[in-house]
Amino acid sequence: MDSHAATVEAGLHHRDPELHNQFDTLEQQKDTAHLGMWVFLITEIMFFGGLFGAYLVYRNLYYPAFVAGSNSISIFWGTLNTAVLICSSLTMAMAVHSAAIGARKLLVGFLSLTLLLGLIFLAVKGKEYYDKWTEHHVPGANFHFDDPERPGEAPVPADVASQTSIYFSLYFAMTGMHALHMIIGVGILLALIWKASRGSFPPHHYTMVENFGLYWHFVDIIWIFLFPLLYLISRTPAMH
Amino acid sequence: MSAAGEHIVSPKLYVLIWIILLCFTGLTTAAAFGDFGIFNPIIALAIAFTKAILVVLFFMHVKYSPRMTALVIGCGLFFLSILMVLTTADYISRGWMF
Amino acid sequence: MSTATQVPAALEMPRDTYLNAGYGVKSWFLTKDHKRIAILYLVSITMFFLFGGLMAVLIRLELLTPAPDLFQSDTYNKLFTMHGITMVFFFLVPSIPATLGNFVLPMMIGARDLAFPKVNLASWYIFMIGACFTFSAYISGGVDTGWTFYTPLSTSYLNTHVVAAALGIMIAGFASIFTGLNFIVTTHRMRAPGMTWFRLPLFVWSMYAVSLVQVLATPVLAITLILVALERGFHIGIFNPQLGGDPVLFQHMFWFYSHPAVYIMILPGFGVISEVIPCFSRKRIFGYSAVAFSSVAIGVFGFLVWAHHMFAAGISTYSALVFSLLSFIIAIPSAIKVFNWTATMYKGSIHFNTPMLYALAFIGLFTIGGLTGLFLACLGIDMHVTATYFVVAHFHYVMVGGMLVAYLAGLHFWWPKMTGRMYPEPPAQLSALITFIGFNITFFPQFVLGYMGMPRRYHTYPPEFQVLNVLSTAGASVLAVGLLLPMFYLLWSLKYGEIAGNNPYRATGLEWQTESPPPMHNFHETPIVTQEAYDYESMNEEEVVIG
Repeated sequence: MDSHAATVEAGLHHRDPELHNQFDTLEQQKDTAHLGMWVFLITEIMFFGGLFGAYLVYRNLYYPAFVAGSNSISIFWGTLNTAVLICSSLTMAMAVHSAAIGARKLLVGFLSLTLLLGLIFLAVKGKEYYDKWTEHHVPGANFHFDDPERPGEAPVPADVASQTSIYFSLYFAMTGMHALHMIIGVGILLALIWKASRGSFPPHHYTMVENFGLYWHFVDIIWIFLFPLLYLISRTPAMH
Repeated sequence: MSAAGEHIVSPKLYVLIWIILLCFTGLTTAAAFGDFGIFNPIIALAIAFTKAILVVLFFMHVKYSPRMTALVIGCGLFFLSILMVLTTADYISRGWMF
Repeated sequence: MSTATQVPAALEMPRDTYLNAGYGVKSWFLTKDHKRIAILYLVSITMFFLFGGLMAVLIRLELLTPAPDLFQSDTYNKLFTMHGITMVFFFLVPSIPATLGNFVLPMMIGARDLAFPKVNLASWYIFMIGACFTFSAYISGGVDTGWTFYTPLSTSYLNTHVVAAALGIMIAGFASIFTGLNFIVTTHRMRAPGMTWFRLPLFVWSMYAVSLVQVLATPVLAITLILVALERGFHIGIFNPQLGGDPVLFQHMFWFYSHPAVYIMILPGFGVISEVIPCFSRKRIFGYSAVAFSSVAIGVFGFLVWAHHMFAAGISTYSALVFSLLSFIIAIPSAIKVFNWTATMYKGSIHFNTPMLYALAFIGLFTIGGLTGLFLACLGIDMHVTATYFVVAHFHYVMVGGMLVAYLAGLHFWWPKMTGRMYPEPPAQLSALITFIGFNITFFPQFVLGYMGMPRRYHTYPPEFQVLNVLSTAGASVLAVGLLLPMFYLLWSLKYGEIAGNNPYRATGLEWQTESPPPMHNFHETPIVTQEAYDYESMNEEEVVIG
């Protein structure tokens, strides 16, 4: 980057309108935006990292309660949502690809598909939350954990049942923070689709789409970890 | 140095990664129903890490990005591991809790 | 006293500066110029500092006598909480990075602005929104958790506005993240031609290390405070021992941020001192790379020591041992810096300008603060002095004696660059002296009090502690004079100060090569760097030739 020796005065006159004042070249601007996005994603890793840390501690402390809690959430909807998010990552990657080759219609199409899949994910998540609400599995005053009836199994002891509150707190905090990121992503997607349809992302200037892609994939990765950690703790009957 | 997006990845590769990711999702769900003892969480996490690495390398283009990007990610994971390891170290060495 | 200032006759203010580039309210509140954003931050944090200082005055007044004369215990709890929260999150954390760093960092590396000017402006707005939340909690009745928000006290027992205060801090945290992000990316991508990593001024190195800490630690605080708010609002049980939660986990997560945050509050100070000392000793810094790497080392090691705040909180003994050892290790890079500054001054031609006086105060006070930190890293002594005035004195020596003094050093040092006018030297030197004396009278007795067993956070104490407490309060009034004086003469200098010229101290560094105050885009031509930083020797030779 040390080669940007253009003087300010000379540079300011015939500059690309997309080139911001503080940069010398479009390439520098693009590299910078890229690095900035990755550093931002690092802060996101640490943000979720706090929750994962709490999860690790409590899972070790209250393993039976975590198993009981985990078995009460629907593995079907969880798996479906994982698949939905993975599909949305593919469409997002394809959207960035379309922007790179300058296919505006494809870009709008793939962004819209990503939006749709994001909304499906949120709808499924909403359904799961609603189920938990009706089962009184939302921590707080109305919290009450009854072991879901399974033939041939001993009921969960009372202390374990009350400890599942910790599991559900983490479940809601982690999936809630993830869903919040999805909602923010959906909002940005709407703006991107609008801008893309107006042709704001020519092939040499689609950094915004690219950086949003990074964000979207990152949110996907968080889910890739949340899914086994929350949904898949010991589904084997023999283990408890 | 070249910007990450300049390397255009073929859509075929994206689809291939996508199929692998879906297969892994099925695999991890199936594995959860088996009883592998202590290996259950290890298998689940190994699959999760594999999936995450695939997404990072291909969908997020890190494979084609300057090494700086990988360095930034490594740095984040390093500090995350400090949080995890040192916190857990306290809990597992408390004699009165386990 | 000799000073380095040489004022040739008939200096003129430059014609086009960032200050007269626009005059309306909009030109300030919608500016994307890093220099103007720095001024916005400067004004805001000065307000917060005055508020936090007022709380400190009230605390010291109450402690003048052993009996509770002025305040009830709950009012007193609110006072020290508001003092702590305001000073830590709304003054110290943004102090040097968001004001001085924002102003000089792009100039030091020869850039026209930070990498993301809009993000920079957004960070100020986010900071102010956070402040609105927290101050609304103050106004509507106060908060009395202590600045640490320990659970379950904060979540299950107190009936004050904890959620608003905590969310305000969380929001202000994002401002700090944005500043850090901007600095990291700017340092990587925006350096002028020839400005290699090892030609960077040490201030940039320390800002880089601070930014790493801000970016990596602050998010953990954000999620922790969100969990506190959830726990308080919905009783989810995650930190509530009655429901199986572990309050010590809160402390782990809180200190994972807040110990590195201590380095957010001191590393920028190191950076300022590393600029000031070579300049006023007219010498190259001793051991450039050792100082640079020790900044980064402090930033990294800062993440490994947090549980030394929790030795008495019931963590495992083995874990405590490890954290104790790691806490000792972090003293090494700090000591490297102190030794290098001292060695820089050795055989230097020292000028006692105000920034240098503050820098000298910094070295002394920070050394005491740092060494008493080693006492606290010892498990045995820590058990004895945990939550006593010993701890209070220790961190005030680091944060006030260290960071605040360094901030004043930097503010005076770059004041001519920011405003184009010199501060008046005699009152500034006097106030540096008053601050130093007042500070020591205030806080040194607290070491003794703490060692004798006076606990922190109580508004009454046994009568035998009164003499030292009166001494401390008396010192606080001297300190207050020392800290208020600069506000008057700095404001005075805006109109009546001598015109400074581009480089009043004959300092190295790119920021001194442009005009004071700098033009809108900092440089008329992008500078090309051919020399290492702090090349005072060749500068001195030139002057001998010319003079």
